[in-house]
Amino acid sequence: MVRDSFIKSLIEIVGESHVECSEAGLMAYSFDATPNFQSKPDVVVSPANTEEISQIVKLCEKHQVPIVPRGSGTNLAAGTTPTQGGVVILFNRLDQIIEIDEENLTITVQPGVITKTICDTVEAKGLFYPPDPSSMKISTIGGNINENSGGLRGLKYGVTKDYILALEVVLPNGEVIRTGGKLAKDVAGYDLTKLLVGSEGTLGIVTEATLKLIPKPETKQTLLAIYESIDQASQTVSSIIANKMTPATLEFMDQPTIHAVEEYSHLGLPTQAEAVLLIEQDGPHSVVSEDIEQIALLCRKEGAIDVKIANTEEEANRLREGRRAALSAIARLSPTTILEDATVPRSEIAPMVRQINRIAEKYNVRIATFGHAGDGNLHPTCMTDARNQEEMERVEKAFEEIFAYAIEFGGTITGEHGVGEMKSPYLAWKVGDAGLEIMKNIKAAFDPHNIMNPRKMFAKETRKRIAL
Amino acid sequence: MSTIQKDFEERIEENELLNCMRCGFCLPACPTYIETKSEIHSPRGRIALMKAVRDGDIDSYEQVEESLNVCLGCRACEPACPAGVNYGHMLEEARAIFQEHNKPSIKEKTVRKTVFKQLFPNQKRMEQATSLLSFYQKSGLQKTSRKLGILKLFPKHMQQMEKALPQVSKAERSADTVFKAEGDTKATVAMFRGCLMDTMFHETNQSTIKLLNKAGCDVVVPNTQNCCGALHGHSGEKEGALDLAKKNIQAFEDVECDYIITNAGGCGAFLHDYHYLLRHDSIWSERAKEFVDKIVDFSSILIKLGFIDQHNLQVSPQYVTYQDSCHLRNVMGVYKEPRALIQAVQGGSLVEMEKADSCCGSAGIYNITQPDMSMQILDHKMKHVEKTYAQTIITSNPGCLIQMRLGIEREGKSDSMRAVHLADYLLEALVN
Ligand SMILES: Cc1cc2nc3c(=O)[nH]c(=O)nc-3n(C[C@H](O)[C@H](O)[C@H](O)COP(=O)(O)OP(=O)(O)OC[C@H]3O[C@@H](n4cnc5c(N)ncnc54)[C@H](O)[C@@H]3O)c2cc1C
Ligand code: SF4
Ligand code: SF4
Repeated sequence: MVRDSFIKSLIEIVGESHVECSEAGLMAYSFDATPNFQSKPDVVVSPANTEEISQIVKLCEKHQVPIVPRGSGTNLAAGTTPTQGGVVILFNRLDQIIEIDEENLTITVQPGVITKTICDTVEAKGLFYPPDPSSMKISTIGGNINENSGGLRGLKYGVTKDYILALEVVLPNGEVIRTGGKLAKDVAGYDLTKLLVGSEGTLGIVTEATLKLIPKPETKQTLLAIYESIDQASQTVSSIIANKMTPATLEFMDQPTIHAVEEYSHLGLPTQAEAVLLIEQDGPHSVVSEDIEQIALLCRKEGAIDVKIANTEEEANRLREGRRAALSAIARLSPTTILEDATVPRSEIAPMVRQINRIAEKYNVRIATFGHAGDGNLHPTCMTDARNQEEMERVEKAFEEIFAYAIEFGGTITGEHGVGEMKSPYLAWKVGDAGLEIMKNIKAAFDPHNIMNPRKMFAKETRKRIAL
Repeated sequence: MSTIQKDFEERIEENELLNCMRCGFCLPACPTYIETKSEIHSPRGRIALMKAVRDGDIDSYEQVEESLNVCLGCRACEPACPAGVNYGHMLEEARAIFQEHNKPSIKEKTVRKTVFKQLFPNQKRMEQATSLLSFYQKSGLQKTSRKLGILKLFPKHMQQMEKALPQVSKAERSADTVFKAEGDTKATVAMFRGCLMDTMFHETNQSTIKLLNKAGCDVVVPNTQNCCGALHGHSGEKEGALDLAKKNIQAFEDVECDYIITNAGGCGAFLHDYHYLLRHDSIWSERAKEFVDKIVDFSSILIKLGFIDQHNLQVSPQYVTYQDSCHLRNVMGVYKEPRALIQAVQGGSLVEMEKADSCCGSAGIYNITQPDMSMQILDHKMKHVEKTYAQTIITSNPGCLIQMRLGIEREGKSDSMRAVHLADYLLEALVN
C-alpha cells in the first residue's frame, strides 16, 4: 500500500484529475487480456509528457513503489496485471503522432497511439507500416514495442523490432535517454533500441518512438486452399518458399478450428478437412497475379481438394472470413479461452500440430490451433472453464508439454505474446540457466531496485522441466 | 452479503460475465471509452465491475452505478466482441437491481412516476402531452418564451433541445386502421407505431405507411398496442417493461400479419429483446418468440419487396449523410438497407461520415440524465458531419433525430442543414 503523502506528491506532478484511486477505478485496471490473473494497483496515473513521467519514476524510486506501464492492456501474458500493486502509468494523454517524415520514410509517435491509427495515417500518404497484430484496432504502439508484437504480415515484412529506428526512454532512475535515430546504419555502441524492444516494461518507459516506413504495395490478392491432410498443407508451405516466393500472408487453421468455425458461422468449409491455408500476396500487379497463379498451382499439386482465388475485394473478404472468425468461434464455445503462441521453425508445423492434437487428447482437453504458417507461429487455443480446478490442472499440464515439444522442435515458448508473469516460470526452458542469469544481470543494471514491472519476465522459480 | 450482491448473484449469470475474455476488442467501439480513455467507462471495465459486485470484491456500489449510468446502452460493444458477450442484457439487469435498491430523491421520484407510470404506458396521455406541446408551439408561446429567455432557467442544452423538438400536429387517428396496398398485395404487415413516433413524429409514421403501401403492403395498425417499454427497460424500470411487453404481444397476436414493422431503431431492438425479457416465463416466452420472429425494420421490407426497382426516387441536388441508429445496427443488424435506399435516390449523394456507426449521444433519456457526456459526444459527431458537407442528415430513430437537430442547433447551422427521418426523406423523393 502506498501512503497518502505519496498520492499527494503524484497529484502535484500530474494534477488531481489525472490520478485515479477510487475503488472502481482500481478494479477497472486490475487485469489485462490474460485469463486468471487479477490484482488491483494502488493508484493509476495519466501523465501528460516525458517530464512528468520522469518525475513519477523518481518518486517511485525514492519510495520503492512498483511501476506498471500500461498501453491498452491487451497483452496475453499478465504483463500489465499489477500483481505487486504500485502505480499503473497510462499513456492515454500521450497519443499524438508527432511527425511523418516523407523524405526519410519515418513516423515519430507518442507511445499511446493506436497501432491501426499509425497504419491508416501512413497508408493515406501511400506509405506502409507492416506489423499488424490482430489486436491492432486497440493495441498501442508502446505495447507493440514492448512485446515486439508480430502480425499476419510477419513472414514477408518481419515484426515490430524490424521497424523501430529510435526511442526516447525514461530509465528507472528517472533519466531520459534517446537511442538510435532516423538511420539505416548506426553502430555506435550496444544496440539499446533492439534491447528495449520486447523488454515488456521491465527496463524503462518508452515515451517516444520513431518507426520505419516503406512504400505501400500496389495491390493485394487472396487465395484459400483446403486440404484433407495437414501434411499436404505443410508441404505446400515448404514448396512455396522453395519456389522463392514470399507471400504477404500465410495463415493456417487445423481441423478443430475448422469445426469450431463451421459450428459458429456455417461458411461451408468441409469438416473432413484437416487444414485450411489462407494465402495473400501483395506488390506490383503483374508480380501478384503471377505469384498467386503459381501458388494456386502448387496448392493443387500438393493435394489441395479445393483452391479458391478471389477476383474482387468482396470475394477476398469472404475468403478471409473463416480465419477472421477463428478466435470468435473458439471463444464462444467455452467460458474460458486460453490463447497461446508456441512457435516452431516452419518446417516443423505439421509434426507440431500433430503433437498438439495428441497432447489435447492425452489430457482430455479441447485445443484448436490456428496461426501464422509462414513463420511457424502457432496459436494453440484451449477452450476450458477456469472454475473447474481439476480441468485447469490438466490444461496446464497440456501446455507444459506443448512448450516442451516446441523447444524440442527448435522453437520457443512464445513467438509474439511475450513472457510476462504467465510464462516466466518457463523462460529458462528456452534460454537456459546461463541465458536467464545474463538477462537478470541486464535487468539489474537498468533497474537495481526492481521497480519496473516487477515479477514480469523473471519468476521466483523456474518450473521443473518435464521429460518428453 | 449485501442484498445487492445477492441480487447480482441471482440475476446476472456468472457464465455470461465469464464469457468476457477481457481482450479489449470492444474498446474502440465504445463512445464513452473513446471520450474518456478510461477503463471505468469501457465495456470490459463495466463487466469487471459487475463481476466484482457479484463476487463481493467491491464495496463502493455508487461508483459502479455511476459507471453504468455513464454507459449509453448503445451496444456498439456487442458486434465488436469476438466472444459474443451479451452486454446489453447484463447492463439492463444490473441497472434494474440498482434502481430497485435506490431511494431516489422526491424530485426524481415524481419525474420517474410521471414519465414511466403515467405518460409512456398511456397512449391517450401521450397524445394529450404532445397536444400541450403542440398548443405551446402553435399559440406563439414558444416564440414569446424564446424571446423572453424563460428557458434560460434550464441548462443551456435544454434550451437548445427545446428548439430541436419537432413541430407536432395533434395525432388524429383515423378510425380506419387498415391501409391498403397500391396494386397487388405482396404482404400484410402490422405497424408498430411507437409512442414517440406516434405523437411527436406522427407524420413520419404516415410516411412509413405510405411507403409500405407503395411497396405492396397492406398495413394494419393494431389499436391496442402500447409503448415498447424501452425507456423503462433501459432505465431499470423492469416491471413496467414486462407489463408493456405482454400487452404488445397480445395486441399483435390479435391481427393476422406476415411481419411486424418498426421505423424506430430503439423500439425495434427492444421489441426484438422481448423473448429475452420474458425468458423466465414459460408461456409468455413462447409467445414472445413468435412475436420477435416477425419484427423487421421498414427499410428491410422495402428492400425485400423491391421498392427501389419499382419507383423513381428524386430529390433536389444535395449531399446527404446517414447516422446509424445504434440499436438498429447493433441489435437488429440493419445498416446496409437504409444505405441502399438512400443510394437509390437520384440527386441526393450519400457521403459517409467517419464513425457513422457510433452513438450520437442521444441514447433514450441519456441526453437529459448525462448532459455533459452527451454533449461532448454530440459535438464530436457534428465535427464528422461537417466534413461531409452534407445538407441533410438522415437517421432511423426519433431519439437520434432530435439529437441531430440539437447538434445542428448547437453548431448554429439550422439555416443550412436539416435532419430527417429516412421515411420522410424517401417520401419526399417519391413525390418529387
Ligand atoms: C485477441 C487478441 C489477439 C492478439 N493478437 C496478437 C497478434 O496477432 N500478434 C501479437 O503480437 N500480439 C497479439 N496480441 C497480444 C497483444 O495485443 C499485443 O501484445 C499488444 O502489443 C499489446 O499492446 P497493448 O497496448 O495492449 O499493451 P499492454 O498490454 O498494455 O502492454 C504490453 C506490455 O508492454 C508494456 N508497455 C506498454 N506500454 C509501454 C510503454 N510506453 N513503455 C514501456 N512499457 C510499456 C507493458 O508493461 C506490458 O508489459 C493479441 C491479444 C489479444 C487479446
Ligand atoms: S470484446 Fe467482448 S470479450 Fe473482449 S473485452 Fe470486450 S466484452 Fe470482453
Ligand atoms: S453500450 Fe455503448 S457506451 Fe455502453 S459499454 Fe457498450 S459501447 Fe460503451
